[in-house]
Amino acid sequence: MIEFSLWDIAFDLALAARWTILLSLIAFVCGGAVGLLLLVIRVSGNGWVALFVNLYVELFQGTPLLMQLFLVFFGLPLLGVEVSPWLAATVTLTLYTSAYLVEIWRGCVEAVPHGQWSAGASLGMRYPQQLRHIILPQALQVAVAPTVGFLVQVVKSTALTSIIGFVELTKTSSILTNATFRPFPIYGMVALLYFAMCFPLTWYARQLEKKQTARQR
Amino acid sequence: MISIDGVSKWYGQFQVLTDCTTELKKGEVVVVCGPSGSGKSTLIKTVNGLEPFQKGAIRVDGVSVSDAKTSLPKLRAKIGMVFQHFELFPHLTITENLTLAQIKVLGRSKDEAMEKGIALLERVGLRAHANKYPVQLSGGQQQRVAIARALSMDPIAMLFDEPTSALDPEMINEVLDVMVGLARDGMTMMCVTHEMGFAKKVAHRVLFMDEGVIVEDVPKDDFFANPRSDRAKDFLAKILH
Repeated sequence: MIEFSLWDIAFDLALAARWTILLSLIAFVCGGAVGLLLLVIRVSGNGWVALFVNLYVELFQGTPLLMQLFLVFFGLPLLGVEVSPWLAATVTLTLYTSAYLVEIWRGCVEAVPHGQWSAGASLGMRYPQQLRHIILPQALQVAVAPTVGFLVQVVKSTALTSIIGFVELTKTSSILTNATFRPFPIYGMVALLYFAMCFPLTWYARQLEKKQTARQR
Repeated sequence: MISIDGVSKWYGQFQVLTDCTTELKKGEVVVVCGPSGSGKSTLIKTVNGLEPFQKGAIRVDGVSVSDAKTSLPKLRAKIGMVFQHFELFPHLTITENLTLAQIKVLGRSKDEAMEKGIALLERVGLRAHANKYPVQLSGGQQQRVAIARALSMDPIAMLFDEPTSALDPEMINEVLDVMVGLARDGMTMMCVTHEMGFAKKVAHRVLFMDEGVIVEDVPKDDFFANPRSDRAKDFLAKILH
């Protein structure tokens, strides 16, 4: 049996944390892009498409992320599509993230007073121009804090991908535990690593919120 | 310039406008008044298509507002509108508020738009505030900027929807002064307002509305001297002390 010193363990975990960070970033960038697209469709107000977006949001918010991962990872092969853990994890997290972000952002868009749309319209601006130049910049100011707050949830959610065999921080820790039988120091370090990733985000979100309340005064 | 012909509008079962008909000639100033909930604001918003209507026709400069083939953005770019709550864009500076639509809608260059914006700020007496944000200005100043913003599009007519109703009393006059100046320069104006002093000074005609109906549409002197309907008499008695 190979001997692991605590330093070896810490080093391996830190390396594995890279994948957690990378997966979070992908989920956030892709989820954000999909979310923005859905948001534009949703607020443009066309009946059927808006209904589709609502259904999409309900579906992903109303089922556990773990089930979504299973369905993509085990379900798609049944249809003849081979899925690697990487692909399953990024696709599922993207869909999941976008479903939450579109709801968060829709609330922010609706927080912009209706008169702002009218003002833009009365100046001859077209709908996309109103959205792009008047509504979204104002919605963005309100959206930053809850969005960053949600990113924390995404970072922690990536741990679930360990179950379909994606080797990130959590999966690495269980492999190491199986090899060394030292669960406590290992999971302790894992918890610290997650905290180190999430705390700066929550701190930043809180700063942004403070700034925003100060601006509104 | 603006013709409103038999316009009716319903919110579901509830009728907010009933067979409204009137006309504004070029350079005419018309004040629309009446008790709250009488449909004044709704009527003025149908003129630039912000409020759709189910029956009748409105033509601005010969263009039908309700025709599906009419480009509403193009039509609205020609009609300035001033709102009760100013509706300046809070994330933009005063000059950005004044130049945004000039650049995006009229395709003016940044310099051209800026020159126009500054000239209009000068006109409403707010040149010194060009680089501030709307929240840094008082209500009266914000409304003057809003008027300048509407004017920056070189409109052929201006619509005012209760422009002084949200203002503290001491700020009402600074806004009215700008409006009086505009009227004297020959701007075609339709103003929903309770400021009867303004009406007396510059209006050509007064429209009195009640329950979605235009009850009186008469020259201003007739309206103040001998209102025909009881409802107008009642209204005048309440607001003129």
